[in-house]
Amino acid sequence: MKKEILFITVIGKDRKGIVANISNCLYKMNINIEDITQKIVRNYFVMAMLVDIKDANCSIEKISEQLQKIGKEMELIIQVQHENIFKMMHRI
Amino acid sequence: MPFSIDEIYETARMILFEKLDIRTTTLGINIKDCVSSNFGTFQKNIYRKIVKMGKSLVENAKQMEIKYGIPIVNKRISITPITLVMEIHSKPDKFIKMAQTIDSAAKEAGIDFVGGFGALVQKGMTKTEKLLIDCLPDVLASTERVCSFLNAGTTSSGMNLDAINLTGKMLLETANKTSKGMGCCKFVVFVNAPEDNPFMAGAFHGPGEPEFSLNIGISGPGVVRSVVEKNRDCDLTELSEIIKKTVFKITRAGQLIGKELAKRIKVPFGIVDISLASTIAPGDSVAKIIEAFGIEKIGAPGSTLAIALLVDAVKKGGAMASSNVGGLSGTFIPVSEDAGMADAVRKKALNLEKLEALTAVCSVGLDMIAIPGNTPAETISAIIADELAIGIINNKTTAVRIIPVPGKKAGETVNFGGLFGKMPVMAVSKFSSKSFMKRGGRLPSPVTSLRN
Repeated sequence: MKKEILFITVIGKDRKGIVANISNCLYKMNINIEDITQKIVRNYFVMAMLVDIKDANCSIEKISEQLQKIGKEMELIIQVQHENIFKMMHRI
Repeated sequence: MPFSIDEIYETARMILFEKLDIRTTTLGINIKDCVSSNFGTFQKNIYRKIVKMGKSLVENAKQMEIKYGIPIVNKRISITPITLVMEIHSKPDKFIKMAQTIDSAAKEAGIDFVGGFGALVQKGMTKTEKLLIDCLPDVLASTERVCSFLNAGTTSSGMNLDAINLTGKMLLETANKTSKGMGCCKFVVFVNAPEDNPFMAGAFHGPGEPEFSLNIGISGPGVVRSVVEKNRDCDLTELSEIIKKTVFKITRAGQLIGKELAKRIKVPFGIVDISLASTIAPGDSVAKIIEAFGIEKIGAPGSTLAIALLVDAVKKGGAMASSNVGGLSGTFIPVSEDAGMADAVRKKALNLEKLEALTAVCSVGLDMIAIPGNTPAETISAIIADELAIGIINNKTTAVRIIPVPGKKAGETVNFGGLFGKMPVMAVSKFSSKSFMKRGGRLPSPVTSLRN
C-alpha cells in the first residue's frame, strides 16, 4: 500500500517529554514516524515530524484531535497537515 | 526530510500567526432547471437543491480543514441570477417568498450567505428586473443570508444610468428598513461583473457557467504584510518580487484545496480568486501592507502607486501559481471591514475622493463605506455612477457597496458588528448632481482603441 504522509509541526517552549508524549500517542494509533527534525526559529522551538499513516487505526480527524489534546496539556501549538500542502506551496 | 524545517515552519506560521486562510469556498449552482409554472413546486425544487449541495459543501470543507490544517472560513452558495428564473412569476410577493425560501435553505444547510438574488441589467431592464429592484428593500429586510447584486454596465454594452438611478433610491429605502442601514451590506452594484466571483455580497452563478462550479477565494493580507515588514529597505522591483513569491505560495494552497474539495463533492473546479481580502483582525489589513511599504497612513500621496504595485504583484504571483485564476482577483479595500482603512478615515488621511482614486488601480471599488443617512438618492446614484465609469472606461470590474446610515452624520462612528466592522461615516459632497442624473439613459460603450 502507498504511503500516506502527514507532517506534524510542534511550536512552543522546549521541555522534557515532547517527543516521548507525541511518539507514544502515535504508536497507540499505529502510526510510523519516518523522520524528525527540530530547530530554534525566532525564539520558538520548532519540531517537524514526518509520519506515515497508511496503517493507522483511525482517521486524520482523530489523529489531529489526539495531538491537539497533547498540545493543550503541554502548552504547545501542534499542527497536523497532509504533505500535499507543502508540495504545492514549496515546490513547482 | 523532503522539506526543510524553515519551509515547514513558514507554512505553519502563515496559518497560525499571520491569518492565512481560505476565505471562502463558494459553490455555484444552476437553478434554471428548478423552474416550474407551479410556484410551490418551483420553491421546493430550489430549496432541495440548495440544501443538498450546501450540506455536502459544508461537510466536505470541514474534512479539508482537518486534512490540511488550514481554516476554511466561509462556505457559501451562488445561484443563477434570480430574475432569469422569475420571469413567469413576476409578482412582488413571489420575490419575497422566493428570497425567504432561499434564506431558510441556507440556514438548513449551514451556509452563511447565498448570492445571486439579482439581475444583469447592463443594457436595459425587463419588467421583472425593474420589479426586483423595487422589491429589494423588502427582500434585504426580511432575510438574513440572501445577497443581491446588479450588473449595471459592461465595457461592451455601456452603462445603464436608469438602473443606477433606481439603485440610489432602493438603497435609501433599504437603509431605512434595516437596523443601521445594514441591509445595504448585502447588496453590490457592479460593472463588468465576473460570472464566477466567489466573494459576497456580489457572487452569482453566471448564465455561462456549468451546472455546478466550485470557486475558492484565498486570503492573506497578514502574510503579505509580514513579508513586506521584513523587507523595509528594498526598492520597488525587489518588493514586487517578494510579494509575487509569497502570493504564489498562498495561491497554490488555495488551488490544492479547491481542486480536492471539488472532486469530493463531485463538481467541476472553477476558479481561485486571488484577491487579498481584509478582516477586522489585527494585522489582517491591506491598509497595513501599504503602511509597511512606508506610507504613514493609507490615503497619503503615494498610496495609489503603492496599491498599483501591490495588485500587480499579487496578480503575477497568482497567475504563475494557478491556471484557474478568475473572479475578481485584485485587492479589496473595504473601509469598515479593514481596521487600517477605518483608522485612516478616522485620522482624516483618507476621504471618499481619494478612495475612488485608489479603486482605479485595484478592484473592487467602493466597498463597505458608510455615508450620512440624509444623503440624497441622486447623490448616492452619482457616487455609484462615478465609480462604475472607472470600470467601464478601463475595461475592469468595479463595484459599490455603500450604506447610508439612518440618523448618522459625517464623522460619527457606526458599528455594524462582527465581520462587518466599524467605521466613521464618510463625508459626501454637498453639491448636487440632480439635474445631470435626471437625464438617465445609457452611457454608450466606449472605444477600446485610442487608450490614452
